[in-house]
Amino acid sequence: MASRMAALRDWIDARMPTLGEEYRKHLTEYYAPKNFNFWYYFGSLALLVLVIQIVSGIFLTMNYKPDAALAFGSVEYIMRDVPGGWIIRYIHSTGASAFFIIVYLHMFRGLIYGSHRQPRELVWLFGMLIYLALMAEAFFGYLLPWGQMSYWGAQVIVNLFNAIPYIGPDLALWIRGDYVVSDATLNRFFAFHVIAIPLVLLALVVVHLLALHDVGSNNPDGVEIKKHKDASGRPLDGIPFHPYYTVKDIVGVVVFLAIFAFVMFFVPNGGGYFLESNNFIPANPLQTPAEIAPVWYFTPYYSILRAVPPMFDSQFPGVLAMGVAVLIFFFLPWLDRSPVKSIRYRGPLFKIALAVFVASFFVLGYLGTVPTNAWGQFGAWLGDAQRATVVARIFSTLYFLFFFLMPWYTAHDRTKPVPDRVTAH
Amino acid sequence: MDTAKPRRYNWLFFCRLLPLRIESNFMSDNEKVDKTRRQLIVATSVVGGAATVGAAVPFVASMWPSERAKAAGAPVEVDISKLGPGELRTYAWRRQPVWVFRRTPDMLQDIKKDDGVVSDPNSEVPHQPPYAKNEYRSRKPDLAVIIGVCTHLGCTPVEKTASDKAEMGAAWNGGFYCPCHGSMYDFAGRVYKGVPAPTNLWIPRYMYLSDTKLVIGKDEEGEA
Repeated sequence: MASRMAALRDWIDARMPTLGEEYRKHLTEYYAPKNFNFWYYFGSLALLVLVIQIVSGIFLTMNYKPDAALAFGSVEYIMRDVPGGWIIRYIHSTGASAFFIIVYLHMFRGLIYGSHRQPRELVWLFGMLIYLALMAEAFFGYLLPWGQMSYWGAQVIVNLFNAIPYIGPDLALWIRGDYVVSDATLNRFFAFHVIAIPLVLLALVVVHLLALHDVGSNNPDGVEIKKHKDASGRPLDGIPFHPYYTVKDIVGVVVFLAIFAFVMFFVPNGGGYFLESNNFIPANPLQTPAEIAPVWYFTPYYSILRAVPPMFDSQFPGVLAMGVAVLIFFFLPWLDRSPVKSIRYRGPLFKIALAVFVASFFVLGYLGTVPTNAWGQFGAWLGDAQRATVVARIFSTLYFLFFFLMPWYTAHDRTKPVPDRVTAH
Repeated sequence: MDTAKPRRYNWLFFCRLLPLRIESNFMSDNEKVDKTRRQLIVATSVVGGAATVGAAVPFVASMWPSERAKAAGAPVEVDISKLGPGELRTYAWRRQPVWVFRRTPDMLQDIKKDDGVVSDPNSEVPHQPPYAKNEYRSRKPDLAVIIGVCTHLGCTPVEKTASDKAEMGAAWNGGFYCPCHGSMYDFAGRVYKGVPAPTNLWIPRYMYLSDTKLVIGKDEEGEA
């Protein structure tokens, strides 16, 4: 048997040596630092969720109808009449939120260990493009159930383009393909969601991994393991990705799937955060829901949008601030001027800045889920200003200060000496 | 041997990557380079690029509203003979709610009172046809035609009369309130100061066909 397997391998190797070469390059002979910790689960988990979303999505399209008259009914049909349909739908909707949780944790890992720093800038840039594609994918997908929140969420987001000077109204019309969000919009969003963006997403994931494997993974110490190699050219502090990290990642997969299954079976709506209750009402273009809130993963940016007051009779400054809040991540590798990469060797300035940033991300994220009058109004000398809006403005400012002041506080921080090799080698 | 020094990549380095450096793959540096072939590459690239852009035209065009969508967005005729004083009816034009609203003399008085609290009392922002740039933002004072879509983020405001002072505050003279983010407008669709919405509500093109009939989405100048 073993010899037959070897014979098969030789047969393939003689015809397509690329297979074996790439297998070795990316798995058995890809040397990853041996000090990976908890934070390094989220890359492989993101890949897993991508597969889950693609598979569950394919099966949803078998029964879904991208038609304004039929879409809402077809989703309810999937939930009630299609055997196993409800679980496939909940896998897909829970998967969307899980994807963002994982991606946010993955990005946070990069932030604390300096994985975006030289020489991994391209890895970070491709990762950011993945994040943008993911946001587009989530936005297009959220229209498809054609519920009230789908409809009005899309209306609000497409109207953001309206605010762009000069080309805005025409651009919004072109995106919608109609004067309001309608059947034409639903149909094209379906096309974007099931084929256009997934293709882009897959290509970007491949490029992200290729870029990573060229420079090699960073690690919690932020030191380059390629600086110390043994006689045969292998990094002294590296271990082959397969089998060492495949086995480690399987542990992460098991724990993740347990949590995922719990959410799917017991709280599939995620307490109204994963699936909003208004979305169980069919879309009605003539009646706006009392409150429109995007799904949780967009709410920090939504808060920033609402926090910026209109200027020059235009909504555009808010839209611009929201866009900058997302796109500014692209510049992180160049904003960070610290001589060290990992948070383990950084000084107090960076740690405080990071803590403030994380806090503002959460506060803005929460405020984006509630109406601006949620906390009432100030009295006395602050007049009738809304408390929630003022808080959102303060935290939006802190959010941007994290980035804008980064070149200064990273350069002036009191860093610790970085070891030559990974700790505990 | 300068193996240790990392190469400095400046912008000039990337510029050098731009031309297709085919000759370097086939010839050594001292061989003479036939530059006329490079012109061929440029010419074919330009033609090929133009063809690619041209091929994108039908795809971009297909995303504009179709003939059917344009037909569905055609002007709407409205009979106002049975519209009583203070009555508001909503009509769908381009699947947007359009309010046709007969204001009472009291309401018209209230609009005048609002001049101080609205941000654009004289409708300087061109959110209305020229014939509606007046005190009441309408062709005839009593009858308002307003697109009921909040200029903040596109929700539909709801009517709140002057008797809703308990809810809307003592200064409220009646108008429209957006439930999404709390924007307020008066009975002429003029936006209040200090609310999320930046501008007055839109007034569509409209004209009277007779005293009891009007058409929305069309005026003497043509269709909107």
